[in-house]
Amino acid sequence: MSPRFDYAPAPESTAVVDIAPSYDLFINGEFTAPLSERTFATINPATEEKLSQVAAAGADDVDRAVKAARRAYTRVWGPMPGAERAKYLYRIARILAERSREFAVLETLDNGKPIKESRDVDVPTAAAHFFYHAGWADKLEYAGLGAAPAPLGVVGQVIPWNFPLLMLAWKIAPALATGNTVVLKPAETTPLTALLFADVCRQADLPPGVVNIVTGAGETGQALVEHPDIDKIAFTGSTEVGKQIARSVAGTDKRVTLELGGKAANVVFDDAPIDQAVEGIVNGIFFNQGHVCCAGSRLLVQESVAEEVVHRLQRRLQTLRLGDPLDKNTDIGAINSQAQLDRITELTAAGEAEGATRWSPPCELPDRGFWFAPTVFTDVSQAHRIAREEIFGPVLSVLTFRTPEEAVARANNTTYGLSAGVWTEKGSRILWMADKLRAGVVWANTFNRFDPTSPFGGYAESGYGREGGRHGLAAYVTAEGTH
Amino acid sequence: MATRLEVKKTYKLYVGGKFPRSESGRTYEVTSARGAFLANAAWGSRKDVRDAVTAARSAQPGWAGATAYNRGQVLYRVAEIMEGRREQFVAEVAASEGVTKPRATTIVDAAIDRWVWWAGWTDKIAQVLGNLNPVAGPYFNVSAPEPTGVIGIVAPQRSSLLGLVSVVAPVIAAGNSCVVLTSEQRPLPAITLSEVLATSDVPGGVVNVVTGPTAELAPWLAAHRDVDGIDLTGCAGADGVDATALEVAAADNLKRVLRPAADEPDWGTTDLERLRIFTETKTVWHPKGL
Repeated sequence: MSPRFDYAPAPESTAVVDIAPSYDLFINGEFTAPLSERTFATINPATEEKLSQVAAAGADDVDRAVKAARRAYTRVWGPMPGAERAKYLYRIARILAERSREFAVLETLDNGKPIKESRDVDVPTAAAHFFYHAGWADKLEYAGLGAAPAPLGVVGQVIPWNFPLLMLAWKIAPALATGNTVVLKPAETTPLTALLFADVCRQADLPPGVVNIVTGAGETGQALVEHPDIDKIAFTGSTEVGKQIARSVAGTDKRVTLELGGKAANVVFDDAPIDQAVEGIVNGIFFNQGHVCCAGSRLLVQESVAEEVVHRLQRRLQTLRLGDPLDKNTDIGAINSQAQLDRITELTAAGEAEGATRWSPPCELPDRGFWFAPTVFTDVSQAHRIAREEIFGPVLSVLTFRTPEEAVARANNTTYGLSAGVWTEKGSRILWMADKLRAGVVWANTFNRFDPTSPFGGYAESGYGREGGRHGLAAYVTAEGTH
Repeated sequence: MATRLEVKKTYKLYVGGKFPRSESGRTYEVTSARGAFLANAAWGSRKDVRDAVTAARSAQPGWAGATAYNRGQVLYRVAEIMEGRREQFVAEVAASEGVTKPRATTIVDAAIDRWVWWAGWTDKIAQVLGNLNPVAGPYFNVSAPEPTGVIGIVAPQRSSLLGLVSVVAPVIAAGNSCVVLTSEQRPLPAITLSEVLATSDVPGGVVNVVTGPTAELAPWLAAHRDVDGIDLTGCAGADGVDATALEVAAADNLKRVLRPAADEPDWGTTDLERLRIFTETKTVWHPKGL
């Protein structure tokens, strides 16, 4: 066993953020009290302390936001030359980068993710998304989407709690670049960075109504999706809600893109560089507490190296540090909510009950907040719930295979199809596997990489449409003159 | 001299490369646009639809795995064989659609040319819809389209041949297989086209054709869990078909849905919309390094 070093606490200061005791809705360029007169609390999942009280938008509030977005689309943003839209997006990218420390701390406080992840991944990638899409705004006729791609109008966007600011960027940047206006609903448990983004819009002098933020829970999202004056819906979240959205828009002209759940296979062959593969496995499932739709939650390891891989993986997991998300040395932060913790607890109990072998490193959990120790299940069969259902937590199920054909069959034996991983030194096998795996993103000898230029999205019940890259633009314009 | 009695064709289903009757044993009378008897077509059943999906599923990986060059040659071969049967198609289209012979000839020619157009697409789809992505890091990153899988097609009701070719050709050009519900009132050109496909090196099961009442068959296709996408074009103008209900059913496994237009298009032009809807973009990453 490798030596375990003690680290001195290294918490990031929270002095940089200024959280108001309460937040209204951001509609038409200003904060406005909800007509619903309802509010909800958002808490720090690492301490269960209340951070702020946030407005819960009702159907009337959503209607106000959609009207503001429609006005802004018709009068300002739609007619604006792409080159001018571009400059607004560049401004936003710059301001996000300037205020990155503030966003990182706020994200960690509201979400529970380690500060090193919000600081090094979420916030810089969000800024990069705006910078990348800014450049498209005046070049859309070169995007291969027809001679004169036109915006759709008003876009309703509903985002999840696992990457609050980054998902906001994935949604808002392409929508604005293509000339649409936006009503965005952040997740109920993580509204704060979206509300801080409203201040970025103010600093950038973004015209009122181009971006509207309506906070709330599921019914706010439903009101947005069902609003008759929405032209397009972009949703990231669970497959269950994705199917409800697909049903609710049936028979309308609304366009939809859905980025939903996953149960990714991470396939390790016997010739893989084992130490690199172990790092990839750890990054694949324990990044962001496993609250990642493309998480490598099913490890498929070739039988001849299974014992060694699991052994080295367990040794590596003993060095992971779980605790204060604001501490710069923390690897595993807090679970985002009690509800999510309950789900993880329930599914892992089912894993044990169905006969899989459960293992976690020695790991002290803080007294307050929502925590779950990194967990590895071995002796998992394809029929077990932990091999089929999305756990969305720091829980890895290990299965084995003998031949590449068997690996493919097992990897594809799922209703999902968001991502997959392959670890092998053999180039021809990588390309063969990449062809056979039914998933929208295949990471070969790496995992959980994201980039604004790289399209992301699923096959099958992981949803449809792509976000990022040239492909992501297609979701926000009329192509081919067919509409 | 005695006049020779014509040998008439029995119009059957086309499933898995074979021409079975409906397992239900049912048929329905197909008449010309002027009301004259043309044939007894098979009245397909739920089981016929399911058999067709099974055939489509088993044929799909082989078809997708063929080289794009090979698929292009096969689709071009379809045009060649159609050309040889031109007179038969003209007669069937004229009878089915109630158009003059010159008009029917124009339609058939356009249908043949449409196969030629799509034949040329097979090895260009990935080049036009794919991308090399310049990610900010030492990674090779490439996106390419792949076929969605098994596509259900509710074929146009009015345009019995040109419309049919326009919805089927892009789907299989991309490497999908399909189950086609033909025009309810005008199914005969679809069966004759099946005979062309069967002799054009299109592997059995890549295209499966079921005739019968759209309102009865489409719900089974839309709800089938092993169908990955559905083209609802033929709901426009179909008797008793609720396109919204079909879209709701399709959501159960998140099928990719092409909604019907209010009116059937005139099929004079074509575009890449079906290629975009019935392909999936896969992005592959790999590190660069020594």
